Formats: sequence, C-alpha cells, structure tokens
Amino acid sequence: MYQVDIQQIQPFLLRLLHQIAAPEAIDWLSRKLKQVSASSGTGKEFYLAFSSVPRYMGKAPLQLSEADLAEAQRLRKGFNPANWTTDQAARTLLILTLPHTDKAEFLTQINKLFSTADMGELVALYAAMPLLPYPEDFKARAAEGFRTNMGNVYEAVALDNPYPADYLDEAAWNQMVLKTLFVGKPLFRIYGIDRRSNARLAHILSDYAHERWAAGRTVSPELWRPVGPFIDDIIIKDIRRLFDQPEEIQHEAAALACAQSSYPEALELLKAHPQLKNRIDSGELTWDLIGAETLAAQK
Amino acid sequence: MRTNNMLFIDPHAHMTSRTTDDYERMRQAGIVALIEPAFWLGQPRTEAGSFKDYFSSLVGWERFRASQFGIRHYCTIGLNSKEANNEPLAEQVMELLPLFICKEGVVGVGEIGYDDQTAAEDKYFRLQLELAKEADMPVQIHTPHRDKKTGTIRSMEVSLEHGIEPGMVIIDHNNEETVKDVLDRGFWAAFTIYPNSKMGNERMVEVVKQYGTERIIVNSSCDWGISDPLSVPKTASLMLERGISEADVRMVCYQNALSAFGQSGQMKESDWLDATTVDQREKFSDNSVLRGGQTPVVGEIETSGDMPSNIIR
Repeated sequence: MYQVDIQQIQPFLLRLLHQIAAPEAIDWLSRKLKQVSASSGTGKEFYLAFSSVPRYMGKAPLQLSEADLAEAQRLRKGFNPANWTTDQAARTLLILTLPHTDKAEFLTQINKLFSTADMGELVALYAAMPLLPYPEDFKARAAEGFRTNMGNVYEAVALDNPYPADYLDEAAWNQMVLKTLFVGKPLFRIYGIDRRSNARLAHILSDYAHERWAAGRTVSPELWRPVGPFIDDIIIKDIRRLFDQPEEIQHEAAALACAQSSYPEALELLKAHPQLKNRIDSGELTWDLIGAETLAAQK
Repeated sequence: MRTNNMLFIDPHAHMTSRTTDDYERMRQAGIVALIEPAFWLGQPRTEAGSFKDYFSSLVGWERFRASQFGIRHYCTIGLNSKEANNEPLAEQVMELLPLFICKEGVVGVGEIGYDDQTAAEDKYFRLQLELAKEADMPVQIHTPHRDKKTGTIRSMEVSLEHGIEPGMVIIDHNNEETVKDVLDRGFWAAFTIYPNSKMGNERMVEVVKQYGTERIIVNSSCDWGISDPLSVPKTASLMLERGISEADVRMVCYQNALSAFGQSGQMKESDWLDATTVDQREKFSDNSVLRGGQTPVVGEIETSGDMPSNIIR
C-alpha cells in the first residue's frame, strides 16, 4: 500500500521548505500539520489548510541542490521535485499528514479535493501521486489528469513523475505518450519512457507520424524514441524516410532508433552512417540530447 | 461622461449573468478588478452539486472569461440567505464551503446575512461567521430588501457577538437610513447603485458629501435583473461633475474596496497593475470566449470612458 516511507519523505520536504520559506510561513505550516494529523470527521481543517497554502507559503520555486535531488531519488525512485514550488511542497506535506489508516475515508477526502480543485491545487495533487498511500487506487484519476487541457496540470501528471510508468496499464500509458507529443511537450521528461515502450505504442506513433506527414506537418524527432526497439518491416520504411529528410536532427533520431533495434535492415542503415554511429557509441548523441534540442527549438 | 481615465473596482458584480459586451464596456470604462459574490441564481437550487459546480465556475471559467477582457476577477464564497431556508440542502452546502473559501482569488465569505430573517437564515449566517473567523477572511453581508434597518443592525450585532472585527465586515446595499449606524459601529458601508430599487447615484453623491469617504464603497451588484454594470464608473463621473475631488472618488470607487477585501491576502493592486494586456488566444479547458470567425484581441486595452449618460435613478 506504500510507494514511499512517509516518515522519511515528510522531514525531507520540510527541510526543502526551511531553505526558502519565511519563519512565519513554517510556523503556520507546522500548526496546520499538527491540526491535520489529529483531524477526523468532515476534514474541514484539512480543506481550509490545503486551499489557503499559497496565501501563507507563497509560490516560489524550491531550490534543490544535486544532493537534494539524489536524496529524492533515494526516497522514491523517480521522484523529481526539481520544478516544485513552495505551495506544492506544503500541500504535499498536508496530504501525507492526513490520517490514512482508514482507506475508504482517506480516498474520499482525496477524491473530494480533486473534484473541487483549482489549477494550482490540481498541479500539487497530481505531482504528489508518486508519494501517496494506496497508489493502485489513483490509476483512473491519473488517466483523467492527462485528459486535461490545462498545460501546467498536464505537465504535473505526465512529466518528471514516476507514477504513470509504475502504475498505468499499457493502453493508458500509450495514450499519455501520444498526447504528450500531440500537445508539444517533451518526451524526454516522461519518467520511464524507455522502460515502458512497447510494440503497440510503436505502431500508434508510426501511424501518428504518417498523419502528420500527410498533412505536411513536422514530426518531432523524439517520436522515434519509444519506436526504435520495435522496428519491423513496416516501421523500417519510416526510418528510411527519416534519413531522407533535410534536417540533421531527423537523421540523428533515425540513427538512435536503429541503435536500439536488432532488426537486420536497421543495423545496416546504422552502419551506412558511421559518423552518427560513432557519436552514439561515444555517448555524445543521446535521446535526451535530441529532446533538449527539440525543446530549445520550440522556444 | 468624464472620469479622467481613473481606475475602478466593482466589488459586487454577478458576472455569471452578464455578457462579454458587459465585460468589454466595463474595462473600457476603467474597471480593472471586480468581486463576484456567490448568490442565488434567480430560482432556488435543489441539489448540493449545483452549488459545487457554481462555486467551481466562480474560481474557474468566470475568472478566465474576465481575464480575456483585461479584468481581474475575484469572488466571495458562501451560502446565501434565501437558500439557507432549505435546511437539508444548506447542511450539504456548509460541508462544501471549507473546500472553497480559502482558494486563490477568494477574498471573503459572502454574500451572507438575512433575507426574511428566519431562524434558518440566522443559523447558517452564524455558522458562516465562525468559518470566516477560523479562516481569517473578510465577510460580505447582504442586507434584506424588507425590514432593512432591523436586518442591517441585527447582522452587525450578530457579527460582534461572534467576535468578528467590524473592519473585517462589509455591509452591503446600504441607503440613507442605514449608513450612519454602519459607520458609527466601525463596519464598511457599501452602496449598490441599482436602477429603480436600491440606490440612485445622485443620492450616492449626497451620501458622500454628507459622510465623507472613510469606509464607504460603491458597487453595481449587476446580475440577472435590470441592472447596470457601469454603475461604478457612472457614479464616479457624476461625483466629479458635482464637485467631489478625484482623490475622494478614488477612495470610494477603488481604494476602499481594495483595502477591505485585500485583508484576505488574496487581492493585490499588483495583480492588475503588472498585467495590463490580454490575450484572447488563450483557452481554459480548451474553451475560448471566441466563436468561429472572431478575431482575438491581443495587447493593451484602452480606457475611453465614453458613455451616453452617467445618471442612474
């Protein structure tokens, strides 16, 4: 029922807040945490505290050192609060402080929060998912999260968040990856993008690329990242097409896809591009580099 | 109409019932921020879920809609006195309030108070005062249309009984008969300039001449009835025309509302002064205020203050 040791994650989040929040803000939060841990019944104290967090804690970005990020990873594999803000951390602490021994009661309160949440609250709730007790019970909620059209809410559930990779079934995962491309967000920030790649997704993405090409639109080179390991007689045609595109970054993506494949023609194509192969072998050319360059080109 | 390009706040406007034309005219007349109190919708709701979605729309879609016309939208959240009379429903709405009253951009508990002054109204008014005290939020009080003076005084006495500071309470819909009692007790006195019923703005000019500008606030309460979303700028214009200084007009049509509701910590002048442009290309949950073929407005909105008449009787 746990993804993380709550007793360890609480002091970690509190320490991050101590680094940046004013002493009065910390005092306020400490009082609220005490109230919430002792709360029961209607959850009024909890709802009041949760919604008023920005008023007392502000919305400044947390300042995480490399050591802090490593500590986050140690506490929960894939947990990455690099882009978190003070209100998010405080709201997460409040949720983790809510008594949860009564599962039904806990889920009722969290679901009530979701159904009445404003944008900032949704961001906090979705980004906190990899830390919540009863993770199996939030699958449908996560899927709802990536149906949103609010950009920052989408990012909270889909990017830098290990929950989807760890808990979503294949169909939901595939929808999430496809939608991330569709809304122009970076694939390299999806945790577990390589681990969860699958043949079905590879063909969905290939079909999507065909649609884009038919409409005369560009195709993100990142699209081919989960496709590479599943190159077959159909997808190899796409890869050949990439090598014929004018942009160098498309060739780089094609070479990276080939390097992930054991399909004979893919290996031959890679051999035919020795410079790209060398850059891949030396570790200079990676999917993360392609992702970062694609993102930079959007801005 | 002449308002010297002043900026205004309308701290009582039920925009859910208004059109985008209204937003456009309000912004052109100088309104930069407004507060939408939760109220009834002209007929009683029968399900708690209707309240939940209404409250959600006040912090969501309506806020977005206003932003598309360069206006910052705030709201107060509460169970209004009319619907407090349906007790089984009122109980469920009371459970919803803690989820909403502290959200970003919610500047108070309101509008609450008395309508028929029944026992049920009294019960839920008191419960909501306690909630406001617990959350350290201002209270926006609706005063009754009938037996107004008694209801107004009673709402202040009950507030004091619950230990609420008068400075945290805005008493709304005042007139010449109630203003002195309200000011003498240290509460904020808001006046609704509403055609044919609550107050005309020539009377408002006289109130300001007699009582000054301290703790006096002008609003429109524009809603689904015959009402005027330009009440605040029109009244400002009339005040200037009748010799009230610009500094005094600014006090009752801008600053006092900001000072009173700013106590929530959720409303700051920088919210609108730092963001003076609009971008109608933006979307909320994939919805736009634009319909097919309309061209989005992008950039600064100019205040023109151009209106045919500034008198509301």
